[in-house]
Amino acid sequence: MNIEQLFYSLPLRLRSFFHPNEADEEMKEELRAHLEQQINENIAKGMSAEEARRSAVRDMGGLTQIEQQCRDAQGRNVLQDFIQDLRYGVRQLLRSPGFSALAVLCLTLGIGANAAVFSWVEGILFRPYPLVAHQERLFAVAATVQGESSPDELSWLDFLDLRRNCTFCEDSFVTSITGSTLNVGDHAEVTTGSIVSANYFDAIGVHPILGRGFESGEDVGENSHPVVVISYQMWRDRFKGDREIIGKTQRLNNVPHTIIGVAPDGFYGTFVGRAMQFWVPVSMEENFRGAGYKLEDRGARWVESYVRLKPGVSRRQAQQQISVIATQLQKNYPTTNRGRSIGLWALWQNPFNHAGELLPILEVMVAVVAFVLLIACANVGNLLLVRSFVRRHEMSVRLAIGASRGRLLKQLLTEGLILSALGTAGGFLMAYGCRHLLVMLLPVRGGEAMYLPGTLDGRVMAMGAGICLVVTLIVGLVPALQTRHLDLAGPLKAESDSVVGARSRGWMRSGLVIFQVCLSFILLVGAALLLESLQRIRTTSPGFSTTSIGVTGVSLVAAGYDVPRAKTFQNELIDRLSALPGIESAAFAAVTPLGYRSFPSSPIAVDGYQPAPDEQPEVEYNQVGPGYLATLGIPLLSGREFARSDDENASLVAIVNRTMVMRYWGGQDPIGRRVQVKGRWVRVVGVAADSKYESIDETPKPFFYVPLRQDFVRQPDLNIRTTQSLQSTLAAVLRELHALDQNLALYEMITLQEQVNRATAPQLVAVTLVSTLGGLALLLAAVGLYGVMSYAVAQSTRELGLRMALGADAANLLRLVISRGLRLTTGGILFGAVAALALTRLLRQLLYNVSPYDPVVFVLALAVMTTTAMFACLLPAWRASRTDPARVLRG
Amino acid sequence: MSKPADLVQGTLDMLILKILALQPLNGWAISQRLKQISSDVLGVSDGSLYPALHKLEHRGWIRAQWKSSENNRRAKLYSLTPLGRKQLEKETANWNRVSAAISGIVQLKEA
Repeated sequence: MNIEQLFYSLPLRLRSFFHPNEADEEMKEELRAHLEQQINENIAKGMSAEEARRSAVRDMGGLTQIEQQCRDAQGRNVLQDFIQDLRYGVRQLLRSPGFSALAVLCLTLGIGANAAVFSWVEGILFRPYPLVAHQERLFAVAATVQGESSPDELSWLDFLDLRRNCTFCEDSFVTSITGSTLNVGDHAEVTTGSIVSANYFDAIGVHPILGRGFESGEDVGENSHPVVVISYQMWRDRFKGDREIIGKTQRLNNVPHTIIGVAPDGFYGTFVGRAMQFWVPVSMEENFRGAGYKLEDRGARWVESYVRLKPGVSRRQAQQQISVIATQLQKNYPTTNRGRSIGLWALWQNPFNHAGELLPILEVMVAVVAFVLLIACANVGNLLLVRSFVRRHEMSVRLAIGASRGRLLKQLLTEGLILSALGTAGGFLMAYGCRHLLVMLLPVRGGEAMYLPGTLDGRVMAMGAGICLVVTLIVGLVPALQTRHLDLAGPLKAESDSVVGARSRGWMRSGLVIFQVCLSFILLVGAALLLESLQRIRTTSPGFSTTSIGVTGVSLVAAGYDVPRAKTFQNELIDRLSALPGIESAAFAAVTPLGYRSFPSSPIAVDGYQPAPDEQPEVEYNQVGPGYLATLGIPLLSGREFARSDDENASLVAIVNRTMVMRYWGGQDPIGRRVQVKGRWVRVVGVAADSKYESIDETPKPFFYVPLRQDFVRQPDLNIRTTQSLQSTLAAVLRELHALDQNLALYEMITLQEQVNRATAPQLVAVTLVSTLGGLALLLAAVGLYGVMSYAVAQSTRELGLRMALGADAANLLRLVISRGLRLTTGGILFGAVAALALTRLLRQLLYNVSPYDPVVFVLALAVMTTTAMFACLLPAWRASRTDPARVLRG
Repeated sequence: MSKPADLVQGTLDMLILKILALQPLNGWAISQRLKQISSDVLGVSDGSLYPALHKLEHRGWIRAQWKSSENNRRAKLYSLTPLGRKQLEKETANWNRVSAAISGIVQLKEA
């Protein structure tokens, strides 16, 4: 259509759009006028009035049809059709509110589950850092060490070399999580912040709302720049939104820091899972972490670093360049960098934070919610099938009076769109409500909740819109397939309820139910596997007692204790605690089992053990105080525990675990034998039972203990075996602590059981989410089965009545209907079992001590599915058994 | 609708344009004129006339105005637009070309 034509047609189009009735009326008037004139003409020809009218109408053809053709000829607006369809669709849906509500509810659950999981994937894996610019080009940088599976941090000097030489990198920055005590008034509180390079705020494109970010040079020198940028939250809560805050000081780990900036609201730093409260430059690192000044030590690896690649640079290109840089570093600094290469990780694989532990769960969740969506769609499709059967009369009439099949299809798609749009809107509301669900499922740590929000940004919205479209197609096309079979005459002739006519549609409905049962069965198996796995994890003994033991820590480094002072303090505190009623024993240990800190390890040599040529035995160990094993309840199998006398002046000793005895001494008693640790020979004085060290699902491994005083750390964890509640123990410990030094803070105190729970929290999250969705799927499938069976019963009342008249009793009919339902279920379960056998492998990463093919689990899922199906069929079956043969057959 | 009528469909537009080129008319008059000049051979039903009129109107080739007729009855009067005149010329030329070619073929003597 060219411009000239538009000049004439546009007014017409506008009119028919804004005043459709007026245009329609005129068209009808024109046709009426024609008819009248023809009648007059006929009368003039000598026909009777009645004859004249009949003849005129006959000449004209069907009036309604012509009207419709005229409307079509006017090429009415697509939009106008759409609005008409929309109105009609809404009316149709309102006419059967029960059906509509059920359909929308199903879709809301299906789409909502998807939107929620996508929002988590977006907010935790893909765009985890609110307000940070260009996250799609951001990559984590970490060292990979030959022979070690998990990535390691870089040293500051390595980072500087990387930054200097990486031409593909637009920016690179360092951020490293740290705890700190915050001195408020006369007491100290613990909070979490980041140690960052000076370019941090510029590199991530976040600008403080008050004051400034760091200036270049502030990350140089030893403890030389005590400046801090605080979070919006801290500014608002602790400093009451003081606009004159810049230039004031805040003591962090007992060192006064000048507040130079306030971060914007909604910025939480760059660590998945935590909201950072403050940022300090790397020059202050030692004050927070202790263990010496590291900025000039290439062997001190603590830097969590990120690069943003230049636009258009692929990860592979950047990786190649960075590998070259790493090789150069190996050559230049062999003593520190031998065997160390440097790798890039996408944010969702980030080795530094909680993204990693949630990744496998979210992967599984994406698949699970896709299943739920399919089940929901199948359900709605089924509902629509039943309804379209009811509506076939309407459809035939519309076809008969001249609607094209295309037009009908448009109408059905519009109705599908209404349903799916409502479902999508509901789904987004649901996702919004669930955005903090993950945080709620994970245990609170260190007094602060985790920060793992779902993000409903444009990308998630687009994903939702895409799902909405797909659902519209499915939901609209299923009943459209029906109209394909519509012939004009059949339904118009009579409301036939012949069984034959229903067969093809019945097949489709059954197919949908089988499909639903199949998918829900897969989900059930998955949920049951995870449940079984969690059960085993939670009931596995870690090898130490968990309930009556509290773990905490004392901020000695923050308070500036040196080694001799720390030693004295530790002895004094243990003496004071042991004297308290209700405390059975107390002992320091460098690392708490199943905690987030990893155990040190050392290459060892064992008297009388000849390692294989390519074997370099390396074993993890822990530095523990006197009475540690007794405090934790780890059985001592032979020999003795460490005593106070095993100090730096005494001969070096160690306690080894049973697996180590088996591995290196062939199971013979090692008491009195020697083992070389970090180049020094120590004598074995005891054998401890095996226990869990880093995770519940680890296999027994060699491990040993050395006395804390012989391998000292200033800030070990404190383990307390108590008969009191945690609260009263905490109060007592605080009292004793402050009696010794008012400036010391106690870290969060938890039971070892809590420690175990935290370590297994990801499994708990997986179980909770998958079983919730599995239950949902089961419910949807049950509704689907119920719908199909009710419909089948309603359709075959005649047959049922006949059977009854021929002598079947209520029990027979009950059995008949239930067995029909169970046939469908069995079909679904068969397909589901085959699919589950192929799919449950994907869960392996989340399973502990459970085979993905565990027969018990499959049987359990089978039982649940069958029972549910029975219940779903019960009501229709009962209704069938109540068929009144006399009434049915007479009618 | 039968086959010959389809054949007419293609040329119906041209006939309507031609009739309106002579003088503005209402739908009834157009139908009478059509029957008259085509001597009922083409069998244009009134049923196909009106959709065609509405289509032409929406393409901007004809335009309609409501006028009161002699017996004080409102009637929709169709007239040709400049655009319609151009279209008529184009279709007429086309028709002449096609019909000349076809009659040339039809009149070939069998060998």
